[in-house]
Amino acid sequence: MAGEPNPPTDRRYSDTHEWCKLDGDVVTVGITDFAASELTDVTHVELQVRAGGTVGKGDKFGEIESVKAFSDLYCPMGGTVEAVNEKFEDDENAGLVNTSSFDEGWMIKIKVDDVADHASLLDADAYKKLVTGDAT
Amino acid sequence: MTTSAEALKRTALHGVHAKLGGKLVPFAGWEMPLYYGNITDEHHAVRRAAGLFDLGHMGRIAIRGDDRVAFLDRIVTNAVAGLAVGRARYGLVCNEGGTVLDDVIYYILEDEILLVVNASNREKIVAWLEKHRPDGISFEDQTDATAMIAPQGPAAAALLTEHSDIDIASIKYYRIASGTVLGVDARVARTGYTGEDGFEIYFDAAHAEKLWTGLSDAGRDAGMIPCGLGARDTLRTEAGMPLYGHEIDEATNPLEAGLDFAVKLDKDFIGRDALQAVKDAGGPKRRLRGFHVAGKRIPRPDYELFAKDGGDAAVGRCTSGTFSPTLGKPICIATIDASVADDAALTVDVRGSRIDLEAVPMPFYKRPKKK
Repeated sequence: MAGEPNPPTDRRYSDTHEWCKLDGDVVTVGITDFAASELTDVTHVELQVRAGGTVGKGDKFGEIESVKAFSDLYCPMGGTVEAVNEKFEDDENAGLVNTSSFDEGWMIKIKVDDVADHASLLDADAYKKLVTGDAT
Repeated sequence: MTTSAEALKRTALHGVHAKLGGKLVPFAGWEMPLYYGNITDEHHAVRRAAGLFDLGHMGRIAIRGDDRVAFLDRIVTNAVAGLAVGRARYGLVCNEGGTVLDDVIYYILEDEILLVVNASNREKIVAWLEKHRPDGISFEDQTDATAMIAPQGPAAAALLTEHSDIDIASIKYYRIASGTVLGVDARVARTGYTGEDGFEIYFDAAHAEKLWTGLSDAGRDAGMIPCGLGARDTLRTEAGMPLYGHEIDEATNPLEAGLDFAVKLDKDFIGRDALQAVKDAGGPKRRLRGFHVAGKRIPRPDYELFAKDGGDAAVGRCTSGTFSPTLGKPICIATIDASVADDAALTVDVRGSRIDLEAVPMPFYKRPKKK
C-alpha cells in the first residue's frame, strides 16, 4: 500500500504526479498511485471542468482533499474536455483514487490539441526515478 | 540536490512496520508508519474494536533522586506532590513566560518518575531538565532502551486481561501497574491519545517484536489492527486533544489552549507568575474552539477565520483540520480572539473561498459511557 513501485508503462507522467494515457487523440488523466499514497485517504475530488469545455496545457482542472492534505490537479496536456469521471460526484467514491488510481480513479478525458505533447512527458522509468529520488 | 538529511531514527519495531507494508514517513526525526492499510479503516478499528500503535518515538525519561517530586513540581504545571505510586497526570512544561515547551504525561513509579514527552521536543526537554536540575536528581533517557506500544479501543481491556498477569480492571484511567504481558515484564498504563479506553505499555526494547506480534495475533479475532500516526491524528483531533506544534507551542500559553485543568496556580512552577498575570488581566486573549465545516473542503493549519458579516481582519486561525471519519465531515480546531462571541457566525478562508463554520463543543467525539 506504500505506493505502486512500478508505474504502468502504457502511459506518460507529469512531475506534478498526473498520469496521461493516450488513445488516438484522446488522453485520460488521473493521479499516480504514489501521489495517492502520499495524500492519504482521499475524501473529495472536485473536478472543475465540464465536458465540452477547454483546458490549457498546465491548467488547474480540480482539487483533491484527503485526510491529511489537499492537492491541486493540473492538466499536463491541453484540449477539449470529452468526459469527467462522474463517480466523483459522490464522495463515497473518492477512495477510488487510493484503491484504483491508474484505472477506476481516472479523472478527465481530453481530446488533445497536440498529440505530440504526450511524448514530451516523463516515461514510466523517468517518473519512477522522480518519486524514488534516485535520479542521477 | 538536497544535502543529505540526518539519518532518521528507527524504533525497535521498524522491521515489523516494513514487513506489514506500512507507509513509512519522516516524523520528528523518526521514520514512522503513517498508515498500514488506510487511515479511515484504522480510525474506525480504534473506535469500534481496537488498534495497536507503535509509540517508540515518544521520549521516555526516568527521573530519579530523593527530591524528584519537588523537582518535577517546579517543572510541570500540574500537581506532582500528593500523587500516590501508580498515578499518572497530564501537564505542561512552560518557560518563564508561561508559554508551552511541551505537553507531557508523568507516571509515579516506586523508585522513579517516568516522564513521557513528545518526540519533537525530547532534546529540548532533556536540556531544560538539566538546566534546572538540582544536586541529587538524575535523569535517564530510556527512549532507545525501551519500547512503547499502545493497544487502544473498546476491545483493548479484554485483550490485556487475557494476556497479562496484572489485574487490568484495577488499573483505572490515568494509572499504571507493573507485571507481565505475554510473559514480558512491562508497565501497563491506562492512558492514550485517541479518546477511547486504551493502554500504553512500556517495556524493554529487546522484546518489542515479541510483544507486538503476540498482541497483534491475540487481538486479530477481536478486530484489532495495527494503526499508524495518521489515525492517531484523526482520533486525537476528534477527541479535542492538543498536538504540540498545532494547538500548543512556545507562542501559546496553556490557558489559551483551554488546558486550565492541568494548571495548578496554587503551587510554584516555572511560568506560574506569568500565567497568574494572564488570569489577573482578565484571562487569555484567545481561545481554542471547535467547528464543523460546511461542504467538502478541509481547513488546514494557519488558514484564517473571519466574522461572517464583516471585516477583512482575521479573528482567528486554524490549528488543526481534518476529515472526521466518525462524523463523516470536515472538522477543525481554531484559536479565536477571546472578544469574539461564542455564537458569532464565522467563516474560514480555504484558499480564497470563505466557508461557513458551525461552532460546536469540544471534544467532537465522546466515547459512549459504560453501562
